[in-house]
Amino acid sequence: MSANIRPSGVFDTSYAQEMRINRTRFDQVLSAGFLGVILALPLLARTGPFGIDIVQPGFLGTVERIAIFMIAVQGLNLLVGYTGQITLGQAAFMAVGAYSTAILLRGGVPFVLAPPIAALFSGFVGLIFGLPSLRVKGFYLAMATLAAQFIIPWLLRNPLAPWTNGANPLPVPRADLLGLEISGLTLYYFLIIMCLLAMLAARNIIRTRTGRAFVSIRDNDVAAELLGINVFAYKLRAFFICAVYAGLAGGLLAIEARSISPDRFDLRNSIELLAMLIVGGAGFSQAPIFGVSLLALLRETLIPSLTPSLQEWLPRLLPFIDAVNINAAIAPIIFGVLMIAFLIIEPRGLAYRWEIFKISWKIRPFSY
Amino acid sequence: MSKAPIKLSVQNITLRFGGITALDDVSFDVYEGEILALIGPNGAGKTSCINSIGGFYRPQSGRIFLDGRDITRLPPYQRAKLGLSRTFQNIALYTNATTLDNLMAARHIHMRSSLIGEMIFWGMAQREEIKHRRVVEEIIDFLEMESIRKSIVGKLGYGLRKRVELGRALALEPTVLLLDEPMAGMNVEEKEDMARFILDIHERRGVTIVLIEHDMGLVMDIAQRIVVLDFGRKIAEGTPQEIRTNQAVINAYLGQAE
Repeated sequence: MSANIRPSGVFDTSYAQEMRINRTRFDQVLSAGFLGVILALPLLARTGPFGIDIVQPGFLGTVERIAIFMIAVQGLNLLVGYTGQITLGQAAFMAVGAYSTAILLRGGVPFVLAPPIAALFSGFVGLIFGLPSLRVKGFYLAMATLAAQFIIPWLLRNPLAPWTNGANPLPVPRADLLGLEISGLTLYYFLIIMCLLAMLAARNIIRTRTGRAFVSIRDNDVAAELLGINVFAYKLRAFFICAVYAGLAGGLLAIEARSISPDRFDLRNSIELLAMLIVGGAGFSQAPIFGVSLLALLRETLIPSLTPSLQEWLPRLLPFIDAVNINAAIAPIIFGVLMIAFLIIEPRGLAYRWEIFKISWKIRPFSY
Repeated sequence: MSKAPIKLSVQNITLRFGGITALDDVSFDVYEGEILALIGPNGAGKTSCINSIGGFYRPQSGRIFLDGRDITRLPPYQRAKLGLSRTFQNIALYTNATTLDNLMAARHIHMRSSLIGEMIFWGMAQREEIKHRRVVEEIIDFLEMESIRKSIVGKLGYGLRKRVELGRALALEPTVLLLDEPMAGMNVEEKEDMARFILDIHERRGVTIVLIEHDMGLVMDIAQRIVVLDFGRKIAEGTPQEIRTNQAVINAYLGQAE
């Protein structure tokens, strides 16, 4: 809807021009500027080449994890936001990718091959758990995909323990790409580039045939069938792409964290990924940027900085609160309140708000 | 007219919903390049018949042939690939999308890009998008929808939405077009426009058309042959002239004189 509104005087002269992602100068400058800031961040940290101490090194880790989770959430967006299916097993597919990557790297598979193979493998696992979508929709499909969320971590903890180290952390060897060690600065840029490529690929899927088929299925599956779209095949394709994205994100997480354990991939994480999608705006290609950034910054930056003062003040105001417990409880409480607030106030998410904001900017000084 | 080859053949189809027989041993042929109207009082089984041809209902017995090929068991999406396209009585468009997106979605079966190609986009996928965009633009011109190209379909008026749905059905480049009450609920001007478009589609694109319509004056004007259903049975078939004077049809519509 919104994509069609442009400032007066801006015209496309070819179809190719109209299909561009950034069609106006404003969009281009904004995208380039945002990317520039992200790429400049490590250079402004104490650990960077110039020794400037503006950005906390810990913050770079947060950005890395935002990039990784953006990939997982974009996969979820393609399945949930665009195809209208649901999965509660995204974290389990991340686990498949993470463990496959770790095991492949430990087995001496080259770094360029390990994450892609792991992602594809995760995709095929996702395909299996997408099979119920032939028969069931909505709530029932959520229940069916919940199976993945219980079976996969159980497999990792028990029958596969000889390879996965069971419930204990599995160390991941340091990765190197053609002799270049992937750590620190190179890891940061590597993750940003992977995230960019994944976002671009998703955006390209959305604006071509497969993406239109996905949206057709979401909006009216009877009409989709009438248009010659094999609905079941495309639902499975969505599950496959979703799980490939999750697998890639899992593999990158293994490389970034250097150690993985099954409890990083439980149901709570799956629901958190869905929460990120909803806050970001399911069905908008920019949803991961907004949703993941907001929740990750809250958890890793804002809440830790608030906690000490809360620990000091809350027990004085409410004597029944134990200062020791606040630390563990504060994040879930804030997330819970945030989720409820979003579902009530803006169920279409931050990306939708952003579109509205952009339109009002483009049509100013008029209000319509 | 009867010298043209048979395009679509419905042979002895019977469709039951529980104890109700919606279609009872209905047979008729549609010849290539004709406009056939399917008429009958409410509940006669016209839409059930179209739904059976389109594959949304599975008749308990009987067979349906398209170009001599048995399509009775094919799912709807495969029938679409064989050249069957339709519109719905109560419009099944993507109401949150633009006219353009609705029509582009209908190009699905004609596009050949692979998933990997789409992810990369530049090159093949983009060329393909542009190629199909041209086809869609031609249809937009044909149906005079230029001004609503970028409008959200849900915000359009009823008559325009019907037109967009016709456009979407055309974007499939069908050889047989099934139109389920394309003019229901329209005013006279809109009906005239729609009739003009249907005749244009038939004439310029050589599409075979099966049409359900209640406006008898209009049916008599644009249809070349008419099949009349009543209570799930075919009671008459023939040219408008023949149908006009057919006693069974008059009885079905006006009731039988004692």
